[in-house]
Amino acid sequence: MNIFKIIDEITKFDGDAVERLEHATRRSFMTKFSRNLTAAAVPAVFATVVSKAYAQSPQAVDVLNYALTLEYLEDEFYKMGNTASGLIPAKYQRVFQQIGKHEDQHVKLLRGALGSAAVAKPTFDFSANGAFPNPFGNFDTFVFLSHAFEDTGVRAYKGQAGALINDPAILEVALQIHSNEARHAAKSRAILSEIRNNPVIKPWITLNEGSPAAVYAGDDNTVQGGVDIKGIAGKSDRAITEAFDEPLTKNQVLAIGGLFIR
Amino acid sequence: MVVNFFRVLDKTVLQILKPFIIMKKTINTPRPSEESQTLAMVNRRFFLRSAGIAATTGAFILGACKDDDMMADPTVDLGSGDIGILNYAYALEQLEAAFYTQAIATPYAGMSAAERAILTDIRDHEIIHRDFFKAALGASAIPGLEVNFSAINFNDRASVLATAKVFEDTGVSAYNGAGRLIKDAGYLLLAGKIVSVEARHAAIIRDLINPNSIDFAGDDVTSSNGLDLSSTPDMVLTAVAPFIKTMVSGSNLPKKS
Repeated sequence: MNIFKIIDEITKFDGDAVERLEHATRRSFMTKFSRNLTAAAVPAVFATVVSKAYAQSPQAVDVLNYALTLEYLEDEFYKMGNTASGLIPAKYQRVFQQIGKHEDQHVKLLRGALGSAAVAKPTFDFSANGAFPNPFGNFDTFVFLSHAFEDTGVRAYKGQAGALINDPAILEVALQIHSNEARHAAKSRAILSEIRNNPVIKPWITLNEGSPAAVYAGDDNTVQGGVDIKGIAGKSDRAITEAFDEPLTKNQVLAIGGLFIR
Repeated sequence: MVVNFFRVLDKTVLQILKPFIIMKKTINTPRPSEESQTLAMVNRRFFLRSAGIAATTGAFILGACKDDDMMADPTVDLGSGDIGILNYAYALEQLEAAFYTQAIATPYAGMSAAERAILTDIRDHEIIHRDFFKAALGASAIPGLEVNFSAINFNDRASVLATAKVFEDTGVSAYNGAGRLIKDAGYLLLAGKIVSVEARHAAIIRDLINPNSIDFAGDDVTSSNGLDLSSTPDMVLTAVAPFIKTMVSGSNLPKKS
């Protein structure tokens, strides 16, 4: 492509520009984005928005309680995993501690915002009634469940975006949790791929491949915006389905989550 | 530098040069009227049907201009409403697709097979996103943007991965901030389908840089409430401006209400 030629020429004409621009860009990014990270004020603002929504938009409160239920599950799962002695190899401990930290933060954020409207934490059974006999004694089982919970979480939040379209402030927070869960999912999948020595498991979801099947149902969809985009840009169905994460409905998610609730 | 030289040419000279400059004409294609944009929104399901055909030509637009495009860049206006937001996403996807295309075309020294597989997958995803938006926007699509990657050393792993990290994190924060500006639930879902894929990219690029650390969802991109970044179009467009030679304006995009 000719852009390469342009780049060649720019570099040829002005080698110093590279360094200058890099510096300027980094600085610009740091100042622009660090401003957004002063999040100490978020819970209070968020709580106000949510309590307002309670009167005006009960649907938003339902979505947040649904999200809270998923976060309870994830939070307890990582709390147990991170404290189970000998479960997580040293190499991966920082990863799961970081994920666990975020799930704890999500629970606190949502509970705090919902206040007395928050649902109570269910009693969980991470063995799913014996289907996973030793979730906190077997690292493979733990990572398997982790990736399934994270992918379910991503798909669950995505499925509720439309229900929040009239509550923009809540929608924004939900999207910010959603992409944080997607980061977790990618890393958890990468670890599963590594410990199983199975390169078919990628950080992104290919077709509807994966287990449990219910977690990946419908992710092989190639219809986007009302049109089947099979063959777009000459790419394979595998690549096309990886490029779009699909939502799950509330019922689909509750059927998955229900297996782990006593 | 030739590009800057042409930027300072006065209008008279530009008039004389105009017939010889092919890209000028392409970029100056008038923006579709509000009416046609509204029509496009109404016909969303229908105007998307051109996806297959438009996708074939889409890939070539970004690289179509070279020596010809040496004059003052006319500003590309992303437009307003949902179409504006889709064009905003299209602009970012163009940037990402061009970046990974080059990263794979001229791999950095010592790129492992595993890294090449990851970067190739990401390239394909970004190309699919780009061509999808182009097809979906049809006549409302902004033109192909000219990128400026002179700050990136494509021979150097650290430079390529650091840039990839910035682009992916920026993409995630851009979609997160744009969601609330979208009026149509179908478009919102589409943005949601793409943003989580960008977040997966961001996580894995960060993990390539610092394996098995906390960086895949690092404290630099996560608030103390466990929230990923969210940025307004203004912030994002300013941040990516050094990488896009074409002037891009988001001044008509919807604002936070």
